[in-house]
Amino acid sequence: MPHFAPAQFTVERRDTRCIRCRVCVNQCSFEVHYYDAESDEVRSRDERCVGCHRCEALCPTQALAVRFNPMEIRPNANWRPEHIRDLQRQAETGGVLLTGAGNDKPFRVYWDHLLLNASQVTNPSIDPLREPMELRTILGRKPDRLDFDDLKGDLMTELDAQVTVETPIIFSGMSYGAISYNAHLALNQAAREFGTLYNTGEGGWPVEFRRFGDHTIAQCASGRFGIDLDYLESAAVIEIKIGQGAKPGIGGHLPAEKVTPPVAATRMIPAGTDALSPAPQHDIYSIEDLAMLINALKEATGYAKPVGVKIAAVHNAPAIASGAVRAGADIVAIDGLRGGTGAAPKVVRDNVGLPIELALAAVHDRLVKEGIRNRASILAAGGIRSSADVVKAIALGADAVYIGTAALVAMGCTLCQMCYTGKCNWGIAVTDPWLTKRVNPDIATRHLLNLLRAWNLEIKEMLGGMGINALESLRGNRLQLRGVGLEEWELKVLGVRGAGA
Amino acid sequence: MTSLARLQNPYGDGKLIESCGLFGMMDTTGRPLRGRDIIRAMANMHDRGNGLGAGFAAYGIYPEFRQEYAFHLMFEHEEARRQTEAFLRNNFKVVHHEGIPHRAVAEIDGPPMLRRYFLRVEKGVARAGHDDYVVGKVMAINAEIDGAYVFSSGKDMGVFKGVGYPEDIGRFYGLDDYEGYLWVGHSRFPTNTPGWWGGAHPFSILDWTVVHNGELSSYDTNRWFLEMYGYTCTMQTDTEVLAYGVDLLARRQRLPVETVASVFAPPLWETIDRMGERERRRHTTLRAVFGGLLMNGPFTIIVAHHDEMIGLADRIRLRPLVAARRGDLVYLSSEESAIRLISPKLDATWSPDGGQPVVARLKAAAAEAVGGNA
Repeated sequence: MPHFAPAQFTVERRDTRCIRCRVCVNQCSFEVHYYDAESDEVRSRDERCVGCHRCEALCPTQALAVRFNPMEIRPNANWRPEHIRDLQRQAETGGVLLTGAGNDKPFRVYWDHLLLNASQVTNPSIDPLREPMELRTILGRKPDRLDFDDLKGDLMTELDAQVTVETPIIFSGMSYGAISYNAHLALNQAAREFGTLYNTGEGGWPVEFRRFGDHTIAQCASGRFGIDLDYLESAAVIEIKIGQGAKPGIGGHLPAEKVTPPVAATRMIPAGTDALSPAPQHDIYSIEDLAMLINALKEATGYAKPVGVKIAAVHNAPAIASGAVRAGADIVAIDGLRGGTGAAPKVVRDNVGLPIELALAAVHDRLVKEGIRNRASILAAGGIRSSADVVKAIALGADAVYIGTAALVAMGCTLCQMCYTGKCNWGIAVTDPWLTKRVNPDIATRHLLNLLRAWNLEIKEMLGGMGINALESLRGNRLQLRGVGLEEWELKVLGVRGAGA
Repeated sequence: MTSLARLQNPYGDGKLIESCGLFGMMDTTGRPLRGRDIIRAMANMHDRGNGLGAGFAAYGIYPEFRQEYAFHLMFEHEEARRQTEAFLRNNFKVVHHEGIPHRAVAEIDGPPMLRRYFLRVEKGVARAGHDDYVVGKVMAINAEIDGAYVFSSGKDMGVFKGVGYPEDIGRFYGLDDYEGYLWVGHSRFPTNTPGWWGGAHPFSILDWTVVHNGELSSYDTNRWFLEMYGYTCTMQTDTEVLAYGVDLLARRQRLPVETVASVFAPPLWETIDRMGERERRRHTTLRAVFGGLLMNGPFTIIVAHHDEMIGLADRIRLRPLVAARRGDLVYLSSEESAIRLISPKLDATWSPDGGQPVVARLKAAAAEAVGGNA
């Protein structure tokens, strides 16, 4: 049988520029390029190309261009090239199609249909270069009231554990194994340096990183990889991972090839074995089970840190979030449809879940209506691409946002969606030491810091324009938003007026 | 509440925007002051309003009904009055009621029916619950009786307001004839409403009144935070969230006014970070817990209740506030000229920093004499 699926990308090589240095040959883990000594030519096997553009970026003479090569079959709005291609691959393999990164389908991106407000006349806009502009955010459970000593005026109320971040942008959970050691180091370093948080993901946390513990969220997921008391005690926050936006209802599978000795040691499993995360947590089959785990983690760590719960944005997210808060969650993270993944069944990634914008608005509203919004902070995750998305998320009701994909892009990722192959040419979503050394952790740290700095500056500009000088005054402040091109029901769910109204 | 929203906000704006002039004066020994001075002071700031709303609150004006809740009410029509009076009779003992005296003033057009009721909470409601009971009834009248609106509901105090310039409203109600130890005045410059009597300031619940100049960019955040505590913001005004914020923090949670000021206009984090351990913990906790009540954007407010008058400007001081003292008299004003007009010789005048409340308190002996906040 011939290989049905044609090349998705074509490599254009301008031979007059090529100096036969073979950088492309050495860089491509998919072995697209090869050198033919007989003809002294560098050639390509286009059908292997994933469009990561590593060779193009590193070619010293700009001899290469990688171009998308759409399957130009007879146009058909129903049977599109993607379907044909998937059918061909399944006919050849008989398996579940895997993919990486977030949902790439054209579901409505609500961020792009929301516009921000600015002050004119009746209240002055504020120039963030001249005036203070505060982005500090304190995450954790807040009481309904504060009590002070009547005579001395001392604050009597002891708050539950809180954690402070200097930006509303937090690095999302990506496991060690899904992404590389160096990528983790860079994320952890950048979080500490900027005063925000890094999330270990579910693959454990290398012990030598625990010095960054004050800036770390330690995840407790269904596989319970790498969890011991030191892991929990070293972190600033503990997060119970129930679900992930890219694959709600689905567990995880780190293939044996990616389980190198250091990954194995960190996960506390034998090297070279598959690391399987069950779909549910097998000690959580109900909300009361979740409450027990929350309490167990709090008890184990002396109530010294907030315990959060991360759920995928699914149809009844508001009720689930409410239950989680009542079960004791100090932070609720909601991961939307476009959240990333190292590996997920394509059919699940592309068809399950809700856009974060709608889920976030619904969850915030529900917690306000129940009078418990202050009992937990809300983190919004899944497809945050820019500082404007951050501002809109906070105006919809988030305390802060998680970024995963955006941080990876800052480290070099070009979203080729091949994370699941273990061959990431950019050295990010891979554990092979030959590839991981491509990420210089110090340079990657600097890029991440630049990203946070740039977004912070932009957020301040937008806030100042609205006449707001403290981020808490934007939270759930939907009068600062107007919808464009949205239907009535969408405006209603978002709690936003249409533009001009 | 649809009828109120319609009257208050005919264009259906997300919230109402207005700017204003405000004035407060208090004799801290409890000596009565006539209304004449505050009317002159407000008239001096005529241009801070646009004739679409003005009002006054006066404390200590009903010594003969010191123990009764004094309800000032406006009715759009006779039916509203009939329903309200039935409601009041069902829920209170009506000790006395009468029209609020007023005179014809050429500049004041078509006033609504204005009446006052002196009410006692019937036995059967625990004394500690009287205030909450009254708040519930006020909300019910405003929300459920079409055409009725409660201006004020405190003891030994009252709100007099309407559509017009402050000097005309003052003459309309004959405020020269009232004597009170604490007066607050307001003149309004709404940008989007034709003016409705209930929409003028002061806003009041129980004996708390708020007058306000400014626009809160944080309005919608403040709104949902208050909704979490059971308040319903139907008026779409910044003043409403300020008033409910005061009610929540000062009355329900019994926080001292200085603490309420720290919530509304907190110090900057860079200032908090430099504080000693005790103050740092206090301010950090207040911001963490009550960040939803940070009043962000330009504002000056005067909050008053029996025994106390508080002036506060926003944290970066975007709206004017001048304070002055002469002997036992304390003044707060949008403009110093208004104070100088009625009290040319002052012991001190100053412009308080943003977030730093000016608090005038009735001296202890006077508090007893006036009867205070029962």
